[in-house]
Amino acid sequence: MAEKMATRQAYGKFLKELAVTNKNAVVMDADLSGSTMTKEFKAVAPERFFNAGIAEQNLYAMAAGLAHSGKVVFASTFAMFAAGRAFEIIRNSIAYTKANVKVCATHAGLTVGEDGASHQAIEDLALMRSIPGMVVVNPADGASAMALLKAVAEMNGPAYVRLGRAAVEPIYEDDVQVEIGKGIVAKEGKDATIIATGIMVGEAMKAADMLAKEGLDVRVIDMHTIKPLDEEIIIKAAEETGAIVTAEEHTVIGGLGSAVAEVVAQNCPVKMKIVGVQDTFGESGKPGELLAKYGLTAEDLCAAVKALK
Amino acid sequence: MNIDPADPQKADRDKFILSKGHAAPVQYAAMAERGFFPKEELLSLRKLGSRLQGHPSMKMLPGIEMSTGSLGQGVAVAVGMAIANKLDGKDGRVYTLLGDGEIQEGLVWEAAMAAAHYKLDNLCAIVDWNGLQIDGKNEDVMNVKPIDEKFKAFGWNVIEIDGHNMPEIVEAFDRARACKGRPTLILAKTHKGYGVSFMEDNAGWHGKAPGDDQAKQAVEELGGEW
Repeated sequence: MAEKMATRQAYGKFLKELAVTNKNAVVMDADLSGSTMTKEFKAVAPERFFNAGIAEQNLYAMAAGLAHSGKVVFASTFAMFAAGRAFEIIRNSIAYTKANVKVCATHAGLTVGEDGASHQAIEDLALMRSIPGMVVVNPADGASAMALLKAVAEMNGPAYVRLGRAAVEPIYEDDVQVEIGKGIVAKEGKDATIIATGIMVGEAMKAADMLAKEGLDVRVIDMHTIKPLDEEIIIKAAEETGAIVTAEEHTVIGGLGSAVAEVVAQNCPVKMKIVGVQDTFGESGKPGELLAKYGLTAEDLCAAVKALK
Repeated sequence: MNIDPADPQKADRDKFILSKGHAAPVQYAAMAERGFFPKEELLSLRKLGSRLQGHPSMKMLPGIEMSTGSLGQGVAVAVGMAIANKLDGKDGRVYTLLGDGEIQEGLVWEAAMAAAHYKLDNLCAIVDWNGLQIDGKNEDVMNVKPIDEKFKAFGWNVIEIDGHNMPEIVEAFDRARACKGRPTLILAKTHKGYGVSFMEDNAGWHGKAPGDDQAKQAVEELGGEW
């Protein structure tokens, strides 16, 4: 099994390789290269690293200019300032023009921790998936982050990659195969399905183990791609297990739960529970404390599954 | 400009980005004149299915280097393109035209700072300084002066000209090309609706189409045939 690491750490590893393997790659940041891990690229290829300073709008507009000059651009800052502050630049200058820019946003969700609500992006998936044609991915662990980043680098066009600050337990082996737009059945099951994304996949696996002890055979799907969404795997889960719980480190408004509900309601209505941050802001605290307080633990997922059965 | 309507994507070309995207009709007219598409197509402006969108769309019309319309973004994208040309050792220059009201956008100053930081002497921005914006005079809506000193303070080479004087315009572009180590701003003093008696210096004509009679009068006052 692979080691425990934050998905941003995997991003750093990926960039270090990319600096050598793709001379056409450019990496950009907005004064957070030590946190987003873009410093790993800068260390190898400083001539292809550009800092925008603390100016996220300009970061993504310049990224569009470089992309339209033939570069593949990985442009990073915290999710709050990428999806939030620079939303309209990403929408108009990157997505509308199909610029080959990968918005790799780190420190997403509550698990930024002590920085508190101002830095806890819990709306980014909703914002990004609402943009026409935007690819939105949210890896569960280091190994799948590496695989997804490689896939994103190979596709031509804009993508949003959601990465976390906190180290997470590995789910997959290092050589895991991941395809954009194809969810992974991380555990088979027939009584209910938990569809999780990002760091919540780990909680979903724990919940499935806990529920197995109570005689419930729960399927777990890692929905690492929020858009394009794997409708087939959702419909199959609804038809075969009859109950769906979604899990995301994100507001319950507009994210994975909403996306899954859009598919379920129109194709195969079954009962659902959407587990995420309720309509509220976060606060300072340790990642684990915050996940507990805001209802994002394996125990919360168990309760949600049982409420449907 | 080093551009070729027959090969709008050629590698060493100069690029022009209309950061003040609402002036798209003027860019379309210039492009038609240069041979990017037949002049008859100009009449499809803003109509359903037209390549001539209300604001320029690079995905619809070859020759448009960047989709613009949301102010402040064009100049920042131009900075990215100028960086790319430096990185690749390409000689192509990047030009961008901004409105004077547009420079109220914070992004313009983020881009201005970056252009000087990265010593983009292959970038030339022009501010169309007509003093008017949708809600009225700049100084009444949100004062932008002094424009020249602001850009100088940001590290730019600033050239002020009469934006209606062609020899001055040509000379300014020559001086911009000769300036090394920093980007150039051409501050072009203009009159909105120049040469049309009922439009000149009138903010009401910022984004309004003239009626047939008014259009006829305007064309005739400009010395054209209706």
